[in-house]
Amino acid sequence: MTEQFAPPPSRGCSNTPVLKQRGQHEVFCGLTGIIWLHRKMQDAFFLVVGSRTCAHLLQSAAGVMIFAEPRFATAILEETDLAGMADAQRELDRVVSELLARRPDIKQLFLVGSCPSEVIKLDLAKAAERMSAQFAPNVRVLSYSGSGIETTFTQGEDACLAAMVPVLPETDTRELLLVGALPDVVEEQAIGLLEAMGIGPIRVLPASRVNDEYGIGANTLYALTQPFLTDTHEALQRRGANHIAAPFPFGEEGTTQWLRTIADQFGVSDAKFAEVTEAPRARARKAVSQASEALKGKTVFFFPDSQLEIPLARFLTRECGMEAIEVGAPFIHKAVMTPDLNLLAEGPVIAEGQDVDKQLDRCRAAAPDLTVCGLGLANPLEADGLTTKWAIELVFTPVHFYEQAGDLAGLFSRPVRRRDLLKLEAAE
Amino acid sequence: MKLTVWTYEGPPHVGAMRVATGMTGLHYVLHAPQGDTYADLLFTMIERRNHRPPVTYTTFQARDLGADTAYLFKDAATAAYERFKPEAMIVGASCTAELIQDDPGGLAETLGLPIPAIPLELPSYQRKENFGADETFFQIVRHLAKPMEKTARVTANLIGPTGLGFRHRDDIVEVTGLLMDMGIEVNVVAPMPASPSEIAKMGQAHFNVLMYPETAETAARYMEREFGQPYTKTVPIGVGATRDFVAEVAKLAGIEPVLDESRLRLPWYSASVDSTYLTGKRVFLFGDGTHVAACARIARDEMGFEVVGMGCYNREQARMLRSVAKEFGVEPLITDDYLEVERRIEELAPELILGTQMERHIGKRLGIPCAVISAPVHVQDFPARYSPQMGIEGANVIFDTWVHPLVMGLEEHLLTMFREDFEFHDDAGASHHGHKAKPREIGALETAEPETDLAQSASVNTDAFEIVWLPAAEKELKKIPFFVRGKAKRNTETFASERGVSEISVDTLYEAKAHYAR
Repeated sequence: MTEQFAPPPSRGCSNTPVLKQRGQHEVFCGLTGIIWLHRKMQDAFFLVVGSRTCAHLLQSAAGVMIFAEPRFATAILEETDLAGMADAQRELDRVVSELLARRPDIKQLFLVGSCPSEVIKLDLAKAAERMSAQFAPNVRVLSYSGSGIETTFTQGEDACLAAMVPVLPETDTRELLLVGALPDVVEEQAIGLLEAMGIGPIRVLPASRVNDEYGIGANTLYALTQPFLTDTHEALQRRGANHIAAPFPFGEEGTTQWLRTIADQFGVSDAKFAEVTEAPRARARKAVSQASEALKGKTVFFFPDSQLEIPLARFLTRECGMEAIEVGAPFIHKAVMTPDLNLLAEGPVIAEGQDVDKQLDRCRAAAPDLTVCGLGLANPLEADGLTTKWAIELVFTPVHFYEQAGDLAGLFSRPVRRRDLLKLEAAE
Repeated sequence: MKLTVWTYEGPPHVGAMRVATGMTGLHYVLHAPQGDTYADLLFTMIERRNHRPPVTYTTFQARDLGADTAYLFKDAATAAYERFKPEAMIVGASCTAELIQDDPGGLAETLGLPIPAIPLELPSYQRKENFGADETFFQIVRHLAKPMEKTARVTANLIGPTGLGFRHRDDIVEVTGLLMDMGIEVNVVAPMPASPSEIAKMGQAHFNVLMYPETAETAARYMEREFGQPYTKTVPIGVGATRDFVAEVAKLAGIEPVLDESRLRLPWYSASVDSTYLTGKRVFLFGDGTHVAACARIARDEMGFEVVGMGCYNREQARMLRSVAKEFGVEPLITDDYLEVERRIEELAPELILGTQMERHIGKRLGIPCAVISAPVHVQDFPARYSPQMGIEGANVIFDTWVHPLVMGLEEHLLTMFREDFEFHDDAGASHHGHKAKPREIGALETAEPETDLAQSASVNTDAFEIVWLPAAEKELKKIPFFVRGKAKRNTETFASERGVSEISVDTLYEAKAHYAR
């Protein structure tokens, strides 16, 4: 059935010169990832060591004030911490002891570094080590940085998962590890498809509870489900695990190629593969073709945001009939992104990093039919007459694999259809 | 170091952004790391603004810190001037940039821009958003406004409105109308939506109307001192306060007070018999000091509620709020700790919360209705319709907004009469709220487990000893409709503890009821 896809482009974008400009970046910092990570890891607590700005970001960015007492908080640095009047490490011990006393349900605690904690060089790794020893075996304490000076938006999840890799035990078992925090429904679908092909055992990083964890070693094969997990990828490499490089599982084509690449590693026959995938593939194709009706022949412009831009541009151009004008990503890691870049036909500007004002100039000049951008830009661009899809929804909504392929196309077509629907003129 | 779950106020540079975004022709160059741009979405998403906030962020990263971050600031400021051509600029640092000490003010000066570049010193590790707005507006006024000859006719400036302000957009219209009815013209409204050149003309007004002390009190004091402009002390939220405000303005302007009350409906709505059920409803208020103080007066004097507690999150208003609380005979709660507010509400078990978006979440968790009276607020509190808090229409809006979360008067009677009816029961909720009614299976009440929807377990610790609810009393308590059950429970426990009764029986419950009967 693979032949039903358009052939790969004769020239993909993997060797296209990348446009790099330095100016204002209109992106979230890595702390934002806590908003979905704390829901995924149900016994974990995320303690940001930062400023009032960090706390304000967390509650404003996603409008997440829906949990009376969430599993994240900020230890706000005060004047005395900065002036060295209080020993910051001792203060942190006090805050963590208070927290763990109040929340005995916490099994793993992440100390999350921020811009101010990085600048004053507060050593959270050391703190995590000390606290792990103190609170073992009840609580495991790890640290990572979600600071804006080091991470962009989804890189926070990457830093968090990368911090978990070194503490996984060693194993020689040949196992498949799926890497990335996916919504439960999506994760179960992926595991279901792979198990139906006879692949297993299958592990997931992050596990939803600390006790569900497993070992890792030279016989571990891993596949990334999210394109932003580059540090985690490198941490797994250091543990000797083997990367299965594939296009990311968005849309029918991405999902099929991703599954096929894994299936090849486990010696799954073509017949078996077809048997397992045929029905969901047909559903995905039907759903995408219906949901992408409004997108055919339209142009799309990506501002850098979630790091999903390149795989999504591949999906929109190859499965939804769109034409990409510019594909901006916060950063481009070739080892992870090449399979998708190969499939993305040459043509669009590929941009890394950002000078937002110059990029807005290019966007307005190109007048795309659809602009994918962050929340700070969406309404201003709509007011200028452009149709936008705000990108944060792409990391909050189940969009991976076959059964969500139609929903993914729908996320992009809804704003286009909406603009056609609204009629405010007088009827005459 | 302070453990914080939710915050009532952002950092001070967000206050500066609220001033800059409210204004026109002003640009803010903010030395800040990548990620601080999240603040744009407060304005573009929560307030639905159709343009980007006029803020350029330097968005430095870790690799820039090794080199020279000062040049990043200079480049950003120069580029921002060339691109946006503002009439004036404010420059400053966010929390992280404050630590690297690049001195944005000094750097901006060296650029020799042909416009004023106003430096802001906003200590991020000591102060918060309201301070940031107040200080920024003060600095703008100090740098741009000068003493001037007063206008021939009596005019006033309206000061305090900012971007992201709770109903500021509509309050401006309402207060402008109040002044116009008295023949007083508005000179400048600032910071929102004034431009720097309009700020320069503020000195020609006869007096200032201080709409929001949180964001403009320092500027008001400065202008009183430097330009001889007195400012109003009454914030016209509520009927009584609006009348007081008109009297105060008349005195400042040397004219007779005039107030057009033809559209005022709150007094009649409150007097009409349907409102009888509002009598003595126990309310708790929390928010910024100004809104809480004004709303406490409305709650008691204009709605006939009983104010059982109040507090504010901004320490700048602590002294004022303490004196208001004293007058109301309640303990003031001055804190920005969300969990502390939640605990106080749980203790007091009010029948209505008047608060911020945070208290709305507390109310949701505890099953207590809540109406929003103060920032911080979310997207639903920036309504499309005209919806002021100040003046005549503000009073009307407040009546509707506060009554809406409650169960309606007649419905309350039906719930009390038929409390075990399969349609009229506690879980059904108020009939005008849009959730699905849950019919109760006939006979379900008898078999239902006790205490399933009581906030606490059947025993409570008072200071002195433990009080236990006997099963029969607990069952009886459950028959009391949900919207008064919290009050009944609390009254009974207070009654019991005052008398040293450690076990609450059905008799104790009804003795307490008789004791508190009014």
